[in-house]
Amino acid sequence: MSITIEPTVKVETRRQPVPPRERLETVFHVEHLDALYGGKPALKSVSMEVYKNLVTAIIGPSGCGKSTYIRCFNRMNDLIPGFRQTGTIRYHGQDICASNIDPVAVRRNIGMVFQRPNPFPKSIYDNVAWGCRVLGMKDDLDERVERALTQAALWDEVKDRLKASGLSLSGGQQQRLCIARAIAVEPDVVLMDEPASALDPIATQAIEQLMHELKSRYTFVIVTHNMQQAARVADMTAFFSISHGGEGERYGELIEYDATEKIFTRPSDQRTEDYVTGRFG
Amino acid sequence: MSAHGLTGPSLRLDRLPRRRRVNRVMEMLAWLAAAIAVAILGVVIWSVASKGASELNLDLLTKPPIPFSFTNAPQGLSNAFAGTLVIVALATAMALPIGILVAIYLNEFAPPPVRAGLGLALDVLAGVPAIVVGIFVYGLLVVGGGGQSGVKGAFALATLMLPFVARTTAEVLGLVPDSLREASLGLGVPRWRTTLSIVLPRAAGGILTGTVLAVARVAGETAPLLFTSSLVGPQTSWNPLHALQTVPLAIFELSESADPKDHARAWAAALVLLLFILFASLTARWLATRTARKLAGR
Repeated sequence: MSITIEPTVKVETRRQPVPPRERLETVFHVEHLDALYGGKPALKSVSMEVYKNLVTAIIGPSGCGKSTYIRCFNRMNDLIPGFRQTGTIRYHGQDICASNIDPVAVRRNIGMVFQRPNPFPKSIYDNVAWGCRVLGMKDDLDERVERALTQAALWDEVKDRLKASGLSLSGGQQQRLCIARAIAVEPDVVLMDEPASALDPIATQAIEQLMHELKSRYTFVIVTHNMQQAARVADMTAFFSISHGGEGERYGELIEYDATEKIFTRPSDQRTEDYVTGRFG
Repeated sequence: MSAHGLTGPSLRLDRLPRRRRVNRVMEMLAWLAAAIAVAILGVVIWSVASKGASELNLDLLTKPPIPFSFTNAPQGLSNAFAGTLVIVALATAMALPIGILVAIYLNEFAPPPVRAGLGLALDVLAGVPAIVVGIFVYGLLVVGGGGQSGVKGAFALATLMLPFVARTTAEVLGLVPDSLREASLGLGVPRWRTTLSIVLPRAAGGILTGTVLAVARVAGETAPLLFTSSLVGPQTSWNPLHALQTVPLAIFELSESADPKDHARAWAAALVLLLFILFASLTARWLATRTARKLAGR
């Protein structure tokens, strides 16, 4: 990576253009989402749609609520004391925060890969197989594990030592193991919260490659603070920024959401342009 | 700086003489404090060992005592060792499951205000003097009906163990990284299953260590057993429905005897207790390092 700031981020030129929005199937429909920690707003009035079989990137400076936002999609924030959200997130039309919705079922369909690789202290095989077993997908377990590891581009590296601990792998391999674990239970959506932030460029490339290959089967939402990464992998990009309210209040806000190419080459908001050209951030 | 003929700040050892002196003195004091702690332990072990070694033999563990014996027939404290074994095992069986469940609730499920209250309650319970627990169980179970028994003694010891087990377990559960819970929940695994299959196994080593230490601690308790399991004869019994002799009480009773050989046997029993605690602590350490190594994937 060069030290001088590139004037603009290069957008992959071979990418396929995003089809017009009316031809896309909506997976998530977010409306006026507010998120609060202990009464302090972290996100204000976010509205956007996430489309099926696309990679949607969420970019923005640190502290703009990207992680908070992606964790709203599978109700991961339920676990945080003092967290509250208003507004609606519809997943294929169902409000996932409604009182008759089981958060376990939500997470069953909407998988997640976390910022830091977090394999279970189990063998490589069991890391992938455990979720399937617990969720009752017990048929052809070996085949299932092999398929998931192959999809995560890890099979060739680990096929001879499936009994070794998942923790004996390198950081990049661990993260791919976590991806294999997430896709082994066949979710509909895979959320990725800065999946490459702790990885070297080669491991990062492997993960981006597999997102590219798997998006025909899954819908990906990825949080990243690496703009090049968003430009490389994402079809759609949402730019979040920090806004200042009265009395020193700071909260994240969705500034612009559009096709990745447009966000990086012809953004319609000045703040987006400042961010993607490196004048701010 | 120019006085030293240097262009940068001086790096010589003698540049801050006062600070260096203070540092020396504090280091010495800390070393001295550590040495005193070790020395006290050393003196205790040495005095117990030197006074009890003469009676430390297999008879001590296997032969019952002979009250008012005027012969040299071999005798021991098998009744006390059997009783301690039974009572401590029962106490552990009572305190361990409840303690672990309390810890799971405390660390995994309780909302913050309840957590603070429950934590405080456990701390107070841990601070209740052993004699008070003894009187409490005496009033509740012994006077109430049936008199003394090993089970009631075990109940008193379990009351002492419970806060200890719950606190140490909650502590190790707290050390299990949230990222592991999130990994499991993120797969769509229910909370109870996550706790049971991911969090508990990960904490098992720590829970075991805490349990071993709790056992070592109550094995030497005297006061609660005084009220609940102390009116005993010399015969060896394994039946917890009767009052059972225990090692700490046997030491106490023998120390009041007129026969110097009884004193030696009391010292020997104390030595066995000490060795047991030493062994338990070493086991706990070994378990802790072994699980740490296993979890690191080596």
